[in-house]
Amino acid sequence: MPGKFFGGVHPAQNKSDSAKKEIRTPRSPEIVVIPMSMHVGAQCRPLVGKGDYVALGQIIGDSDAPVSAPIHASVSGTVVAVEARPHPSGSRVLSVVIANDFKDTPAGDPDVRTDVSDLSPESIADIIRSAGIVGLGGAAFPTHAKIRSGLGKVDTVIINGAECEPYITSGYRGMLENGDELLGGARIFRKIYGLESVTIAIEDNKADAIRHLKRLLPSSDNSIRIISLKTRYPQGAEKQLIQTVTGRQVPPGGLPADVGCAVFNTDTAAAVYRAVYNGVPLTQKVVTVAGSAVASPVNLRVRIGTPFSELFSACGGFKETPRKIVMGGPMTGLAQHDLSAPVIKGTNCILALSDHECGRAVSERACIRCGRCIEACPMRLMPMLMYAYEQKGDLDELEKLNVTDCIECGCCGYICPGRLHLVQSFKTGKKKLAEKRAKEAAR
Amino acid sequence: MNTEAYSVSVSPHIRTSEDTRSIMLDVIIALIPAIVGSVYFFGWRALVMTAVSAASAVFFEWLYRKLMKKPSSIGDLSAVVTGILLAFCCPVTMPYWMLIAGNAVAIIIVKQLYGGIGKNFMNPALIGRAFMLSWPAAITRWTAVFEPVKVIGGNADAVSTATPLAELSLSALPENYDLLGMFLGKMPGCIGEVSTALLILGALYLLVRKIISLRIPLAFIATVAILTYIFPRGNDALRWMACNLLSGGLVLGAFYMATDYVTSPCTKTGQLIYGVGCGLLTVFIRYFGASPEGVSYAILIMNACSWLLDKIGRPTRFGAKTLKAKEGSLK
Repeated sequence: MPGKFFGGVHPAQNKSDSAKKEIRTPRSPEIVVIPMSMHVGAQCRPLVGKGDYVALGQIIGDSDAPVSAPIHASVSGTVVAVEARPHPSGSRVLSVVIANDFKDTPAGDPDVRTDVSDLSPESIADIIRSAGIVGLGGAAFPTHAKIRSGLGKVDTVIINGAECEPYITSGYRGMLENGDELLGGARIFRKIYGLESVTIAIEDNKADAIRHLKRLLPSSDNSIRIISLKTRYPQGAEKQLIQTVTGRQVPPGGLPADVGCAVFNTDTAAAVYRAVYNGVPLTQKVVTVAGSAVASPVNLRVRIGTPFSELFSACGGFKETPRKIVMGGPMTGLAQHDLSAPVIKGTNCILALSDHECGRAVSERACIRCGRCIEACPMRLMPMLMYAYEQKGDLDELEKLNVTDCIECGCCGYICPGRLHLVQSFKTGKKKLAEKRAKEAAR
Repeated sequence: MNTEAYSVSVSPHIRTSEDTRSIMLDVIIALIPAIVGSVYFFGWRALVMTAVSAASAVFFEWLYRKLMKKPSSIGDLSAVVTGILLAFCCPVTMPYWMLIAGNAVAIIIVKQLYGGIGKNFMNPALIGRAFMLSWPAAITRWTAVFEPVKVIGGNADAVSTATPLAELSLSALPENYDLLGMFLGKMPGCIGEVSTALLILGALYLLVRKIISLRIPLAFIATVAILTYIFPRGNDALRWMACNLLSGGLVLGAFYMATDYVTSPCTKTGQLIYGVGCGLLTVFIRYFGASPEGVSYAILIMNACSWLLDKIGRPTRFGAKTLKAKEGSLK
């Protein structure tokens, strides 16, 4: 039963500059900085020390926690430091710094498979874990953990090709250039959950990607269903995509598996294919480099750990001084202050935005009670009231308004004519609320 | 590389081009047909009144913020809208100084003392008008259309006449006005309220630009239409209803005042109830009140209910239906 998600906005797409060009692979960097935290869950423990030689694809960090994923060397070379370094999150995170020897010496013969029919769901999850795969759409939740939590519950797998954020085209280019791997990955997910078919959902602003994938699919193959979605932000948010494709609503505080669904990004599916069939761990990412301050927007296939500054240099540098550098899309991405921060597993885009892209300033930020935020909220919240209570410091009222349901998609902040910092207020509010609850629990 | 140069803030990093100023500008644009019409029907004095009113509203806003050492807010153009709307609900004979006094009340007392834009809970222009009823003779001194009043100086020689609404309040169908004439605006009344045609033209612009939705105005006008049709006075229910819709400030109030963001509910359900409430009260006051007009008080009373209506209209949270279904299956 296909539905339509609530609310949403239509920001300008700004995808065309990078969409037309093939993914380019620039020269690998002299130094890679690989943080031990690139995913949701426990931070990894470094397994190498200063002075060690590491091979390409060698595991350099791991953790015993159930929600975590190992980390691999993205180049071969010598470890020059294991220390806290700038991270896209804005803080400094323990990282393994490797001086590239440009030999790409492999860590050993890869585990190549041609037939996966004997593999159990658990053993596929193990392969995915050892390849270090996490959600590549940006959320970076360890894929093996997601698979395991859904076993026995999931009746619908959705491969997420919505790519609803403006500017980002890395997923789109991946669909066009690695379509077979994507479809192969989709079939692996189908096998894991023992389903008749899986669904690939793509927004209709990527019509040629839809056509291309349909052409790759044999006409007799009913195991993969490709559907076109009417473009609207935030269609690619997990809960919203599930609602659009199945009509089901993930309950508050719940997971997709609670409504029998599992959602995986198209790039994640392709990475799963490469891990299972070719034995290739996750050491590279396709990253869209865009924004009107970038001389020549393009998609780059880069090593994980490549500093952002190298990506901008590979695109001809800046044609004007950017006002903001953002990792991720403009609606949910993280603003960067230090270009030495590296590409991590969840990086799908970096933007250099000019003044005019960030919106006109207003004399005074004030709510005029227009109600646009309520209409735009895909979680059916009341952002303007939540904001008022957060500003007032009334955490009980804030909780009653279900601030914890907020997915921080940015629709309210985008649409607000009074230019309020709504998402910021809700992030702060949630944090204060959690602290207050923790204090109460401790008493 | 200079790392100090980049601004860092929480997402979203892009904003729609629409802001408070552009919204207010759209409302001003939508009011232009009615301004042009007011000159056509009542002469140049109508335009001068509108300009004086808008200018005084902006002046009082600027003055208050200056005296209170707050950042100037006149750039958001909301004071201009208040000024125009206040002039719109005055007869063309209204002395300028009274209009200016009305604006002082609207801007300083109703809007700024509550904290400025977005904080007032009642419509400034309508309270301004209510205040100007301190001069009951002046605010009900109607002149016939096409008999311009002098821009400056005496308006004592203007001949007072009855509006269709005044006739309706005496339970009589206005005999001297045909419906088409009333729709176009050929009748005595406040300078901005007479022409339903021009007000709807502006409202269409606001609807196309998605500045307003039909929920409040339609619920408002439909409620008035249904009630006046069911309880007509005189022998022609349809004409009674039509005269009620076309006279007084109903269309001006429904499209331009009841839809004021700040003082109306923000939720869809809240807006529908609010619109119906405005309609009910308008008819109630028109039928049983001492003064012929009920629109402005109906809106002001409903303004006071907006907060409550938003509580009623609060949308059901995402996923609630799944929770409900699960609880049901556990029983």
